[in-house]
Formats: sequence, structure tokens, C-alpha cells
Amino acid sequence: MSFDYQLLPVVPELVLAAGAMVLLMLGAYRGQGTTSLVTGLAVVLLVVTGVLELMLPAGRLVTFGGSFIVDDFARFLKILALIGSVATLVLSSEFLSDPSRRIFEYSILVLLSTLGMMVLISAGDLILLYLGLELMSLALYVVAASHRDDAKSTEAGLKYFVLGALSSGMLLYGASLIYGFTGTVSFAGIAAAAKTGSVGIVFGIVFLLAGLCFKVSAVPFHMWTPDVYEGAPTPVTAFFASAPKVAALAVFTRVTLTAFPGIVTQWQQIIVFVAIASMALGSFAAIGQRNIKRLMAYSSIGHMGFALVGLAAGTVEGAQGVLVYIAIYVAMTLGSFAFILAMKRNGQAVETISDFAGLSRTNPLLAFLFAMLLFSLAGIPPLAGFFAKWYVFVAAIKAGLFTLSVIGVLTSVVGAYYYLSIVKVMYFDEPLPRVDPLRLEVGAVLALGGLFNLLFWVYPGALVGAASAAAKSLF
Amino acid sequence: MTTWPILSVVTFLPLVGALLVYVVRGDDEATRRNSRWIALWTTLITFAISLILVARFDPAVTDFQFVEKTNWLASGITYHMGVDGISLPFVILTTALMPFCIIASWKSVTVRVREYMMAFLVLETLMIGTFSALDLVLFYLFFEGGLIPMFLIIGVWGGPRRVYASFKFFLYTLLGSVLMLLAIMALYWNGNTTDIPALMHTAVPRSLQTWAWLAFFASFAVKMPMWPVHTWLPDAHVEAPTAGSVILAAILLKMGGYGFLRFSLPMFPLASHDFTPLIYTLSVIAIVYTSLVALMQEDMKKLIAYSSVAHMGFVTMGIFAGTMQGVAGGVFQMISHGIVSGALFLCVGVVYDRMHTREIAAYGGLVNRMPLYALVFMVFTMANVGLPGTSGFVGEFMTLIGTFKVAIPTAFFATFGVILSAAYALWLYRKIIFGALVKPALMSMKDLTFRECLTLFPLVALTIWFGVYPKPVLDMSAASVQQLVNNYTSAVTAVKAAALMQ
Repeated sequence: MSFDYQLLPVVPELVLAAGAMVLLMLGAYRGQGTTSLVTGLAVVLLVVTGVLELMLPAGRLVTFGGSFIVDDFARFLKILALIGSVATLVLSSEFLSDPSRRIFEYSILVLLSTLGMMVLISAGDLILLYLGLELMSLALYVVAASHRDDAKSTEAGLKYFVLGALSSGMLLYGASLIYGFTGTVSFAGIAAAAKTGSVGIVFGIVFLLAGLCFKVSAVPFHMWTPDVYEGAPTPVTAFFASAPKVAALAVFTRVTLTAFPGIVTQWQQIIVFVAIASMALGSFAAIGQRNIKRLMAYSSIGHMGFALVGLAAGTVEGAQGVLVYIAIYVAMTLGSFAFILAMKRNGQAVETISDFAGLSRTNPLLAFLFAMLLFSLAGIPPLAGFFAKWYVFVAAIKAGLFTLSVIGVLTSVVGAYYYLSIVKVMYFDEPLPRVDPLRLEVGAVLALGGLFNLLFWVYPGALVGAASAAAKSLF
Repeated sequence: MTTWPILSVVTFLPLVGALLVYVVRGDDEATRRNSRWIALWTTLITFAISLILVARFDPAVTDFQFVEKTNWLASGITYHMGVDGISLPFVILTTALMPFCIIASWKSVTVRVREYMMAFLVLETLMIGTFSALDLVLFYLFFEGGLIPMFLIIGVWGGPRRVYASFKFFLYTLLGSVLMLLAIMALYWNGNTTDIPALMHTAVPRSLQTWAWLAFFASFAVKMPMWPVHTWLPDAHVEAPTAGSVILAAILLKMGGYGFLRFSLPMFPLASHDFTPLIYTLSVIAIVYTSLVALMQEDMKKLIAYSSVAHMGFVTMGIFAGTMQGVAGGVFQMISHGIVSGALFLCVGVVYDRMHTREIAAYGGLVNRMPLYALVFMVFTMANVGLPGTSGFVGEFMTLIGTFKVAIPTAFFATFGVILSAAYALWLYRKIIFGALVKPALMSMKDLTFRECLTLFPLVALTIWFGVYPKPVLDMSAASVQQLVNNYTSAVTAVKAAALMQ
């Protein structure tokens, strides 16, 4: 086995890491004036990484003795995470253009976090999983606090860091238990060793999943989400809601399905509980929210619950459902956050829902796209969100999880109430003064997210087919 | 036979019209006029094309016609469209009523005309799609998608309590429908397809039949609406603008009955048979109880809304009687009710536009000032009562006959509904039209304008025509209804025979 073959599967990651270092040097030597240049180059770098990822030879590539896996599953999710990161950087350009916030490190941190995500998505053993997770999270902690002079932003960063460290500890503890009881850290090895669920392994799984639940912000490890979403600068919140969720859900799926396929019944009950709790809390707790970012936080908790419904099935269909769900969720989330970023009056960000009153009259197109995104988040056909729910619930029904499905769709009706409340504010209430004109890049992200959402039903085949291939590569 | 996808064209043409309206920019009078005319022409052309469907439709064929099928979601979930004798009348009803809705909103809607017209056109696409989809997922897509424009129509252009009414409408319907969605998934799991014609020939296990029937029932009972889940309807009707009420009463309610005919009876015959007593009970309660409630109403729209619930009771009773007359009567009653209740809401709209109140007590003696209106309103009131010679009679009579053959007590109690409907409808007519013209505000009332005549007279003609000569509708659906009834009866008797053998 030659050297270059061993490194081939990690070429995109190597390019991304090296590129990030070069950009860091550029910024460090040329000063904060290079912020916009660094941000632009970072976008280019992410696109190049995505292209390289797609140019890798087809099929399953494994390197570093099985700890790094590039299969269709990894490709699908890496591209998705890269899309999320690119969109976030694009959305951040206004935030970074303010003279007081010219911080080129922001883009570098996003790049490094993305690198962590890619490693995480490809992780084939517990060590690499932990490395990827920490690289991703450490960068995120700093990004959350990137609005240095703002107490809320700092608080968000600190809160995220303390709780994140706690969850990493739990994850590590779980990983060490699993290693202790199976004698290996590679997923394939664990799968071979853990044919029966001994108490030790079950304990390990519980701790491992607890750590992962924290990262996807699933109940009961969701408490950080509303505060961090509200406190962090809006582009950062958009980032938190998209790419890291993709990576965390990816590793969640890969660990449960490839490391513990023999003991499905053991982890299934955990996932079922987490899914039900997340869907219920996400629906009910969001009703009382007045701040759109807090509401989106609860909404994302609920959506992670729905995505986990697919995982609870533990089948190929279930994995496919998770992938379709997360892809559509990312599109909806990025579109929604682009809308939230567009909501400015006299340069001041407007985050209270009641301030959107009558937007459909002052800015019809913006209101229409966001209303459709909200209907989609509620899962109303023919919008994309409906198809996302369709695939996860079909998988759950096929796996015989009827109670979970019934509770799931009932909570989605509760969830529909608060999405409708926002539509009501925008469409039924008397208009407030106009919002500031839309920035081009924000408009572009909103338009892309909105159109994807509106027209998904016309040609769902491409995404669904890719997700199906990706899901099959796990089994 | 057909070289172009005529059904898809009929379905999606209104959507194209909505895009055209969108292209028209601005908020001045010219824009409003343009969007009205675009909407009107779109609905008219759609109606004209849908008439081609009628012309080319072969009533003797029991299979689906104008079938279109292409790949869509997965191997078992395709874009499959087609109509048979049961769905075609509803498609035509939809396309025929839409121009009236647009004309009825010509003057009464003055704010955000563009959005209003777009919402109606999108709604038309979704309604036609609901009736012509031959795939469960596609059906659900259209069925549920209709909630969005209707929610906006009630909420933006509605009355004082529009927010409450629109939320109630949306959440009620959604709650019923998500359970149906799970049942659709279970059927997909069972038969590995959501193709409706294929599912009609797929055996569904008895236990799944029961659950799936209940889930579909949850959705259609809310939509229909059946007692006791009808409470959203009076609110939605009262708050919706005139054309919204027309669409609600005339078409959206019919989706429930259509669903029972298309899914419950053919796919779950055994469960349908088991649950027939439940349907009978709810139908009779709906007929008697909501008729009594209608007698107590002070709001014209509310009264008509409750009478709709009662009339839909006849439909569910007839459909689940499972006899030829019952089912055919149910279809006819739905078409007739679509015309009559739509027209009644238009009539309410006429006086509402002049007086801006729907309170019955605010009117009286209108015959003195509005003789033409009194005549038109009388025809529809009589049709609502079910007077022989109007279309309302045919449907009610057939459903009652169909039920008499299998369940005499049910039919006996349901017949009271005929008397009660006469009571409330005539009471309403007397209060509004007759009596002395003493209220000063009414002195200056003008009779029907040309535009209002344009909307009401064709409906008068249809009501009387179908009352005297119901053959066109009955013939169109006869073969399909016959096949449905045969399949249902044979499935039920097969089980009974098997039970006897043991």
C-alpha cells in the first residue's frame, strides 16, 4: 500500500487544514484589514474542498487502519456541511463589515470547525470521533463569543463552553467504558464484539449518546440551545443551527448503526425517548417565545427530535429518512436565518416576533418566502418540510414504532401553532414601518432556501436518490 | 386517446394564472383591475378546458380515464392523475364555481387584490389536484396544501374574529389529517405502493383496516364536517370573505365525502361495514341536532353553515348505506349542495355588501325593494329545503331511499331533517325577505346589479335543471358507483359467508 494511496481519502481535509493555516498567516501578518479578503478566500477554500471531495474515487475508501472512512454517507453529509458553512460565511459578511468587528479569525474558526465536522463525519473509531468533535466544538465556543463587547454573546460562548466540556466528558467516559468492555475503539471491532448488550456496554452507550445528544441539542441535553442561539450573533446562530447539526447527526447515525447493529433494541429505546422528549419540548416550549432566535432554537430542538425518529427505526429507510431530513432542514434553517438577518430597521436588528407585523404589506416577497419556510418547518405539503417528515415517519411505521409516530405527528400539529402565529403576525396584523433594504448576499441565500423549499416537490428524486445511496453505504 | 396531458393542464393552469398575477406589479387601481381580469380569464379558460374532459369522458368505462403517470418520489409513489365517474363531477364543480367566486369578489375585495386572486388561483389548483390525484401521497399533498391559501384567505380578508377562525380551521383540519398521513404510511408499508388503483386491489389485513379506517375517518370527518367535530365550520364560514365561504361550503367540504368514497369504502370495506352504525349515529345526530341549532342562529352565514353540516349528514349516511341509490345520491347531494350552498353564500354576500351586517334581525321586507333578489333567494332556499323540482330534492331523496333499504330506523330519524330544514330555511327567508320594510337603513337598498345577476342566474338555472333532469350527473357517475357498490357488497358478503362456514 503506497503512501499516496493512504492519504488519498483525506486529501480534502488536508487541503482545508493547510488552506486554513495559510489564511491564518495571511490575516496575522496583514492585520484585521484583510477580514473581507480572508472571508472571501475561505468561501473559495470551502468550495474547493467540496469539489475535491466529489472528485475522490467512488465507493468506500478507508485509511488509517479503518479509522477514517469515506463512503457515500460521508460524501453526502460532508457536502451538506460544506454548504452550510459556505452559506454561513456568506451571511456573515455584513456582521464582519462593521469596523468594530473586523475579526478575520472568525472565518478561520469557521474553517477549522468545518474541518472538525468533516473528520467527525468520516470517523471510523472512537478516537477520531472525539478528535473531530473537539475540533469542531472548540472553534464553535470561540465563534459564539465573537461579539466580544456584547455581554450576551460572551455569556453564550461561556455557557456553551462549560456545558460542552461537560458533555465531552460524558462522551469520553462512555467511550472508555465501551473500550473497556469490547477491547477496541473501531466501530467495526465494537460491532463484532458487542453481540449482546452487557451492562457495561449499555452504560457506555448511554454516556456516549448523552454526549452526542448534547451536540444535536436533543432533550434532555438541550438547555444550552435557547440561550446560545439568542446570545450569539445571528450569523453565528445560523451556523450553529446548520453545519454542526449535520455533523453531529451524522456521527450519531454512524455510531449507532455501524458500531452497535447487534444490540438495536438496547439503544432504540434511548433514541425513542429522546425523540419523543425533543419533539414535545420543541413544540410546547416554543409557543411562549417572543424572540425569533429563541423560537428557532426550540424549533431546532423539535426538528432534531423528528430526525431521530428516523434513526430510531434503525433501518436503511430510517437512515435515509435522517439524511433527507437533515438536508431539507439545513435548507429551511439557512433560509429562515437569512430572513432573520434581513430584518433590520434603521440598522438595528429586529428580533422580536411582534415587530414583523404586517410585513406582507411592506415587503411582500420577503414575507411570502419566510411564511412558506414556516409552513415547511411545520411540515405542511407541498413544501419540502413535508417530505422530510414523510421519510422519517415511513421508516418508523415500517419498523413498527407506532406510538412514536402518533406522538410525533401530534406534536407537529402543536408545532404548527407557533409557526402559524408568526405567519399571523406577518400577514394579519397592521403593518409597522418598512424594514431596511435587503442586502444582496442575504437575499440570495433566502431566495435559494425559499425556492428549494417551494419547488422541492417538482423533482424530489435527486436528493432522495443520493440519500438512499448514502444510507445503503452504512449497511 | 389524448395526446396532451389535459388533466394536468386543468390542474396547473390556475397556478400559471397565479404567477401571471404575481408579475403584475404595483398597488394602484389599474393593477387591481388587471389582476381581477387575469384571474377571471384563468378560471374561465380552466373551466373551458375542463369541459373537454366532460366531452371526452366515456361514462360506460369504470376504470380511470385521462390517466397520466410519471416517476416521482419512489418506485411505489408516482405522479399519477386520472378521473373516474366519481371524481369528474367534483373537478367540474370546482372549475365551474371558481369564476363565480372571482366575480363575487370583484367589488367586495378592495385591499391586496393581487394576493387575494393569487390565493384563490393556487387554491383552485390544489382543489382540482385533490380530486384527480391517483396516488395517496399526491392526494395528501393537494389535500393538505389547500390549508395554506385558505388560512390566508380567512385570516387576511376575513371578519373581526378572523384570526381565531383561521387558526381553528387550520389546526382542526391538520390534526385530523396527520393521522391519515400515518395511515397512508401504513398502507405504503403493507402494499409497498401508494397508487390508489393498485391499493383498491390490495388486500388489507383486518386489523390494519380498522386502524386505517379510523385514521382516514379522523381526517374526513373533520373536513366533511361531521358532528361533533364540526365546530370549526361555523366560525370559518362567518369570518371568511364571501368567496371564501363559497369555496369552503361548495368544494372543501366535499373533499371529506369524496375521501370516504375514494378510500374508505373501496380500500377498507370490512372496516367500513363494521363502523357503519357509528356513521349512521353521527349522521342522524348531525341531521337533527345541527338543524335545531340552525333554528337558533342570529347570523345568516352561521345558519347556512349549520345547515351545511346537516346536509352533509345525508351524504355520509347515503355513502355508508352502501347501496346504489345511497352512494349515487351521496354524490349527487354533494354536487347539488355545492351549487346551492355556494349560491346561498353569494346571496348573503349580496346583502352584506350593501349593509355590512349579517345579522338576521337587521333585515326584513327586502321583497319590497329587491324583488329580483327575493326570487333568486327563494329558489336557493327551496333547494336547500329539498323541494321537489330543485336539485336539493334529488340528492336527499336518493340517500334516504338508499338508506331505507338497509337501515329503516336511521332513515326514519334522518327524514326529520327534511322537516327541520324547511323550518329553518323558511324562517330565514321570512325574516329577511318578507314582513314590512320598516328599518330605515333598508329603504335605500338597490336590487341585484348586473354583476350579481351574472353570478346568481346561472346557478339558479343549474339548480332547477338538475332538479328536473338530474340524469347528466347521475349518468356520469353511474358506472363508477355501480362498480364501487359491487366491490363493497361482494367484499362484505364474502366475509359474512366465511363467518357462516365456520
